Amino acid sequence: MANADCIVIQGSNMAECHPVGYQWVTEARARGAKVIHVDPRFTRTSAVADKHVPIRAGSDVVLLGALINYVISNELWFKEYVLAYTNAATLVGEDFRDTEDLDGLFSGYDPGTGQYDLTSWAYERKEGAEATGGYEHGADTAARAAGHQYGSGGPPIGNPRFEQDRTLEHPRSVFQILKRHYARYTPEMVREACGISPEDFDYLARTITENSGRDRTTCFAYAVGWTQHTLGAQFIRTAAILQLLLGNVGRPGGGVMALRGHASIQGSTDIPTLFNLLPGYLPMPNAGMETLQQYLDAIASPTQKGYWAAADTYTISLLKAWWGDAANEDSEWGYQYLPRITGAHGTYETVMSMLDDEVEGYFLFGQNPAVGSAHGRMQRLGMSHLKWLVVRDLNLIESATWWKDGPEIASGELKTEDIATEVFFLPAATHVEKAGSFTQTQRMLQWRHQAVRPPGDCQSELEFFYELGKRIRAKLADSTDERDRPLLDLTWDYPVDEHGEPDAEAVLAEINGRHLTGPQAGRPLSSYTEMRADGSTSGGCWIYTGVYADGINHAADRKPQQEQGLVAPEWGWVWPSNRRILYNRASADPDGKPWSERKKYIWWDPEQNRWTGDDVPDFPVDLAPGTPSDLDAGGAAALAGDDPFIMQSDGKGWLFAPKGMVDGPLPTHYEPQESPVANPLYRQQQNPARLTYPRADNLSAPSAGEPGSEVYPYVFTTYRLTEHHTAGGMSRWLPYLSELQPELFCEVSPELAAERGLEPYGWATIISPRSAIEARVLVTERVKPLVVSGRTFHQIGLPYHWGVGQDAVVSGDAVNDLLGVTLDPNVQIQESKAGSCDIIPGRRPRGAALLSLIAEYQTRAGVTPETGNQKLTGPGRASGHETKEN
Amino acid sequence: MGYGGRMSRFSFLGWPVVRQFRSGDPLGRGEAVTSPRTRAITPRTTTADRVVQSVCPYCAVGCGQRVFVKDEKVVQIEGDPDSPISRGRLCPKGSASEQLVNAPGRQTKVLYRAPYAKDWQQLDLDTAIEMVADRFLEARRNKWQQTDGQGRPLRRTMGIAGLGGATLDNEENYLIKKLFTAAGAIQLENQARI
Ligand code: SF4
Repeated sequence: MANADCIVIQGSNMAECHPVGYQWVTEARARGAKVIHVDPRFTRTSAVADKHVPIRAGSDVVLLGALINYVISNELWFKEYVLAYTNAATLVGEDFRDTEDLDGLFSGYDPGTGQYDLTSWAYERKEGAEATGGYEHGADTAARAAGHQYGSGGPPIGNPRFEQDRTLEHPRSVFQILKRHYARYTPEMVREACGISPEDFDYLARTITENSGRDRTTCFAYAVGWTQHTLGAQFIRTAAILQLLLGNVGRPGGGVMALRGHASIQGSTDIPTLFNLLPGYLPMPNAGMETLQQYLDAIASPTQKGYWAAADTYTISLLKAWWGDAANEDSEWGYQYLPRITGAHGTYETVMSMLDDEVEGYFLFGQNPAVGSAHGRMQRLGMSHLKWLVVRDLNLIESATWWKDGPEIASGELKTEDIATEVFFLPAATHVEKAGSFTQTQRMLQWRHQAVRPPGDCQSELEFFYELGKRIRAKLADSTDERDRPLLDLTWDYPVDEHGEPDAEAVLAEINGRHLTGPQAGRPLSSYTEMRADGSTSGGCWIYTGVYADGINHAADRKPQQEQGLVAPEWGWVWPSNRRILYNRASADPDGKPWSERKKYIWWDPEQNRWTGDDVPDFPVDLAPGTPSDLDAGGAAALAGDDPFIMQSDGKGWLFAPKGMVDGPLPTHYEPQESPVANPLYRQQQNPARLTYPRADNLSAPSAGEPGSEVYPYVFTTYRLTEHHTAGGMSRWLPYLSELQPELFCEVSPELAAERGLEPYGWATIISPRSAIEARVLVTERVKPLVVSGRTFHQIGLPYHWGVGQDAVVSGDAVNDLLGVTLDPNVQIQESKAGSCDIIPGRRPRGAALLSLIAEYQTRAGVTPETGNQKLTGPGRASGHETKEN
Repeated sequence: MGYGGRMSRFSFLGWPVVRQFRSGDPLGRGEAVTSPRTRAITPRTTTADRVVQSVCPYCAVGCGQRVFVKDEKVVQIEGDPDSPISRGRLCPKGSASEQLVNAPGRQTKVLYRAPYAKDWQQLDLDTAIEMVADRFLEARRNKWQQTDGQGRPLRRTMGIAGLGGATLDNEENYLIKKLFTAAGAIQLENQARI
């Protein structure tokens, strides 16, 4: 970011939420870079930016789509980059229909299932170049194509022999489709939908385009302001399309940077505690993948381009790491030991299963869903259905004490003496009481050394789970049940110190992988390219291979920054292969020369016949520019000298995603689940493929002028503060931080305060269809009323760190209780950045009267489980199946 | 350079602004604002037995930390100037992380709430882990699914779920994922979904 000439921060309050990272933005700005903050609220980020552009929460695709339109119609796209490095020239099949043709739907929508069949989104194959075997491109069912089933390579599309039109004039070329798709995303539409003036839009568009090209680069930064929506993944795709058009990907000062909120949240997706993934973004197998071969066929095609074609080596090395000798050729390398998923088993589905008494036991480790997850009431009631709950944390968080002091005890919905759930609170070790690595937001692994021993009964998760696994295995030792084999055959033997703490470095070494046979047997692998599918290598997470090369823990590399250049390669270790910028081949032109002296990063050295530069080349190091693609070779060998996107199956950046996104190949604007505004672009109001949960305990407000929508006339958006961390488990127990931010407040504009009679620093009650909470009133001009579709429109800002309990230094109502559960279909993240509510002066009622207040609002608005949950609101609504094209 | 003697009787030289300029500390952040008491204090960082390199546990910027340990206790945590990410800086959360370790309200004992009980009771760690292991196996058995409706293998249990991980170490997440997967417990999630 320090290298950027323009930084657009959108969907993030970086200065307050990533304060120390913000020094790089400040530094770029000091060197002359423009910083623009697009956000519903004026925050400290806006205060130090060149410009703050207020936006209506949830309308980001309109703004970004209009920027795409601006770039295309003014011929400002980076022509050489786009032609060489993206799929702009590729033709899409004849059956494809755009949302412009179908009033908000793409072709392939099935109103019966609420899902898309992606067949018609496929590229047009060259005559006679049909895909072979199981790689039929585009022909899978939507269920199989669900976003959560693909790994880092995205979906396989088979051998990339596709029709192209290098003039970009063919009406079915990706470029022309893109152009038509965003043609109605105009500055006027931006004013209408986002509440942004044409002048502000013009400033933004000019600044971005003037700071993109050969000599200059623009960077986008986002956080959960983009992800927590019913089309969150598409928000990010829109920015990625714009950045590809401007040539801002794979280059210094470019990119779309995810600002992640937790020390190792990146690590926890790389090595996932997620239902749908195995380490290294390998998908969890689903029930249809009955054999290892079927699994491998589904995730990658050996004939596709790039490194993902070698997914078999990553998979088998993982299976070897887990099941050792039991993973052999006869056992399909232990593939049958893997459990199978059938659809979505995300955290919200799990909570609903708890309510149905399907889940008996629940482990929480460093997580406080009673406060931190959407719909806190559903979370707490779900937990009251458990047989047992294990909470591993530093403090007695609300998720450990809801049974005696939670809001449902206060309201009388639950009685402590009626709750059968057994609760174990097991104290955890802090970050200085254990050794291990975190992966920060730029994919860098940094090792922490242990400073002291944990006190009392406190244990690291490493020690607890190692011990739990040992005891479970011991209890099953005599089992002859086949289902226990995966546990009994598991490699589960790590060296421990004199206190019983496992050696975290031994675990890291297993993750890195090693040679198992041959002259190198026992040696750590130095790169994932050394992995083999014949059982001769092991490795728990292929993207981390190299972190323990030569038996050295590179996550612990600590050459001081003062002794290194800006890239600082000897501090920590960045996956993959210590590359700091991904796809950095794109930092050079097709001939391998830097696009400009100023933006020089990786280039081809014709004397040495190799790629060289400031970073580790993210490309086959000896693959010369101009080398044609050898499509028969498959894998990395099939890459052409100008295919920088080495993980994509055609080596190109995808402007149009023929596969991989379940709700559309191009991002399209839909309104949030709850919105006072009618979708100005299509009759289709919301994302038709979003996941809805129409239940009496998960009601939604009516949208856009429907009867009852006036009962919840305002929009609330949630966010965090510098002084607190998430649900407060690591901050509300600390006296310093509690003193700095003692109390929940709501930010409202002076206009809204006047409209509702809210007193500064007094109390307000905020009511959504799910809950009602109270907060102190902060009247501030930082929140501006926006004029959208001719109506004045108020937004309320709510930091969400507090919870109801008795153990923290400070407590307060939990903002997430206001939220319902409606999810993005690609990633199953909830919509928490925009919801409908009312606000009235005074404290909320206590006891059962609170429930009466919520019910009174629901009745007045006439909400039922069906409200807001129709998938189709556009042309297909009445005519049902007819919307399914072709 | 001390002002101690002069401060004992009134002198305009002791006025703060004058003091600031006289001592070459115009911003009043150094010598000019010391007193005999503050000069007698030594920072905890200078008397520590050892300094250990660490990383801030809050957000994903990943600021470098130096942990100062005396008598096997953490006495201070400061930013690591060597880090190319943070160059010595910490925000309020990172700066407060010493209190995360030494917070007065931190729980260091196992607590157990029996079914229908109104309060916690103490339990020893070994017993607690044993009880959890038994319950894990029972829930796994009770909600086991061997095949789906079409007879395809599932070999999983829906009786156990887990949520967490975004502030855990990679090594910890790896062991948790490995154990849950081998047990067939697929419902494992973390903050990244939230
Ligand atoms: S010190 Fe602040 S900015 Fe740095 S990692 Fe910690 S929480 Fe993030």
